[in-house]
Amino acid sequence: MNESMYSWNNLIFGFYPYIALSVFVIGSWIRFDREQYGWTSASSQLLSTAGLRLSSNLFHIGVIGIFFGHLVGLLAPYAIWGTIGLSSLGKQNIAMYGGGFLGILCMIGGVMLLWRRMTNPRVRATSRTSDIFILAWVLITLGFGLATTFTTAHHAAQGSADTMMAMAQWAKSIVLFSPKPELVSNVEMVFRIHLFFGLSLFLLFPFTRLVHIWSFPIGYLTRSYQIVRTKRRIAE
Amino acid sequence: MKVRAQFAFVFNLDKCIGCHTCSVTCKNTWTNRKGVEYVWFNNVESKPGIGYPKQWENQEKWKGGWMLNGGKLELKSGGRLSKLLNIFANPDLPQIDEYYEPFTYNYARLQNAPLSEAAPTARPLSMITGDPMEKITWGPNWEDDLAGEYAKRSVDKNMDNIQKEMYGQFENTFNLYLPRICNHCLNPACVAACPSGSLYKREEDGIVLVDQDKCRGWRFCMSACPYKKVYYNWESGKAEKCIACYPRVESGMATICSESCVGRIRYNGIMLYDADRIEELASTTNEQDLYEAQCSIFLDPNDPEVIAAARAEGINEDWIIAAQKSPIYKMAIDWKIAFPMHPEFRTLPMVWYVPPLSPVQSQIDQGNLPLGPDGAIPQAGTMRTPVRYLANLLTAGKEAPIVSALNRLIAMRSYQRSVHVEGIADTRPLVAAGITEDQAKEMYRYLAIANYEDRFVIPTGHEEERLDDAYGFQGQNGFTFGNSSSAGISKVTLFPRRRKETLEPAELAPSADKS
Repeated sequence: MNESMYSWNNLIFGFYPYIALSVFVIGSWIRFDREQYGWTSASSQLLSTAGLRLSSNLFHIGVIGIFFGHLVGLLAPYAIWGTIGLSSLGKQNIAMYGGGFLGILCMIGGVMLLWRRMTNPRVRATSRTSDIFILAWVLITLGFGLATTFTTAHHAAQGSADTMMAMAQWAKSIVLFSPKPELVSNVEMVFRIHLFFGLSLFLLFPFTRLVHIWSFPIGYLTRSYQIVRTKRRIAE
Repeated sequence: MKVRAQFAFVFNLDKCIGCHTCSVTCKNTWTNRKGVEYVWFNNVESKPGIGYPKQWENQEKWKGGWMLNGGKLELKSGGRLSKLLNIFANPDLPQIDEYYEPFTYNYARLQNAPLSEAAPTARPLSMITGDPMEKITWGPNWEDDLAGEYAKRSVDKNMDNIQKEMYGQFENTFNLYLPRICNHCLNPACVAACPSGSLYKREEDGIVLVDQDKCRGWRFCMSACPYKKVYYNWESGKAEKCIACYPRVESGMATICSESCVGRIRYNGIMLYDADRIEELASTTNEQDLYEAQCSIFLDPNDPEVIAAARAEGINEDWIIAAQKSPIYKMAIDWKIAFPMHPEFRTLPMVWYVPPLSPVQSQIDQGNLPLGPDGAIPQAGTMRTPVRYLANLLTAGKEAPIVSALNRLIAMRSYQRSVHVEGIADTRPLVAAGITEDQAKEMYRYLAIANYEDRFVIPTGHEEERLDDAYGFQGQNGFTFGNSSSAGISKVTLFPRRRKETLEPAELAPSADKS
């Protein structure tokens, strides 16, 4: 591999993650601070409910499962897997079959959602460019993610979990601020494309409706039903 | 006892002429914006009819309001966990067609069309897609004045337990107008159903609002409100609802729907109630007892104990005085002629309705009806609108309170008739209906004359409780959406805070009178 190829790898897998994550955090913060009125799930259910129960649930359940799967699979310390007696090959199998299953759910739901967004006259007319763009981006990322399962299956057949281990190590190197882009510079192209699209989701996040993810109302479970606000200033 | 004040309404259905002035003034004031074309914070329905949105009263269909689950109050649409599990697609959300697809007409065509034999037409255009609509099949007031087939209108939930066929016949048909706004409930289901906690009730006046900054468009308020009076703005992706014209009310003015009501049917006033008893009374076992239960939550504003407790809660003196003069209290509690709509939804609504008498004059002239003691005015049970229908609408089907209210309205008329026609005050009908002569005179003043100052007893809001320096705040802001009117409430902010207040000193100069 020549010199310029290496610098591209450094840029995308060494520097770009920090750019994307910085924009993700600071961008979300700025938008939350200054643009609350635009911070919404931007639901289009009012305009068309038909089929949304199936498509939206498939998509969301799939995407949430995949997110937490990546989070745990990439960032949990190795020691944990040893303690629960899971070999790296076993872990790879879980990632492959679990991720593949959730990915298929998500893909079915996502394609249904994109189809609805493009063909339902009301939803199409009220879609912002960013709504269509970000859904398409998620689906492309997902498509490459699903494609990697075939490559992983090939690795698994050879009894190797090295690629998966390398990528987990790379992810840890990023969050521990000692980036090692060389860990992923030699993995198959499909993994690298998937990584690039996935990292870019963080970059795009604050500028799209994805911000509603931050607002998942988990606090509702413990809140009292009624809310009363007073205009009297409460002594601080 | 925890005393709270509530800004409340009475609508006197006896005088509503169905002119929709309230709807139009409200529309022009609040919902003539993109995304809320289909929204009518105030609408007037012709009853019997299925209303706006279609069949909103049928909670088997829409799952709005509260229910008792083993004696405990729970949202009919399901508890907290079920909300979070259904957050990606609300199974009870009405699609916009249940309201109507908003439309305009291609008016420009009338001016731009080339010269032709036939007059040009303005085709309807969807206000969502902008595309021409072949045929408009539903609107916000499609059933106006009993328009449409009886078979479809009689699906009306209030026709339950009524022999429908009879009222489909022309000679037996009946019609009443039902003006509707948000009920600003004491136990609002919309507030309870909001996962992000953006809906709230104001402590000072009980007005229920949506925090536009905090709303995330989860849509559960829309389906949880049994009156379907919370709407989704498809442009902003946020919920919007009737705000009880709070910028007007805080200034002591009536809401725009009340102010513009040409029939003078609307009353605005203050009610004091015991906030500690909300859950207990909303959990009343028998649905038919809910009307009386809600009556018992209100506190007598002339009771010294209540006044002391109100002061202790920080309720201002002018609000206590307003509560004492409240037209709502007179009609709902003193005279018992006003009722909450659909108390069985268990939200303790605060827009109350005086049931309408109905015209039967020709039947009287033909001697077909039994008359009251004065030989001129019919009895409650003989009027055109079935008591059962009014009871289904206002008291969860309990007829006695409705009959009593109608009898009082009739007795008041009969008494006035005796005074003005016979020249002798005949108090017999008043005694029979259980009201005094003074009460009848006052009822006449409030219901028939309906003076402006009797209809609207609205104390001003106390902004000084919120603002250090009201003088310094002048000229700082108007009423806008978006971020321009809000300095934000977060403790930590990323950017420098806006300097909102001027440097004028807040202390007034000492009065010259002090020597």
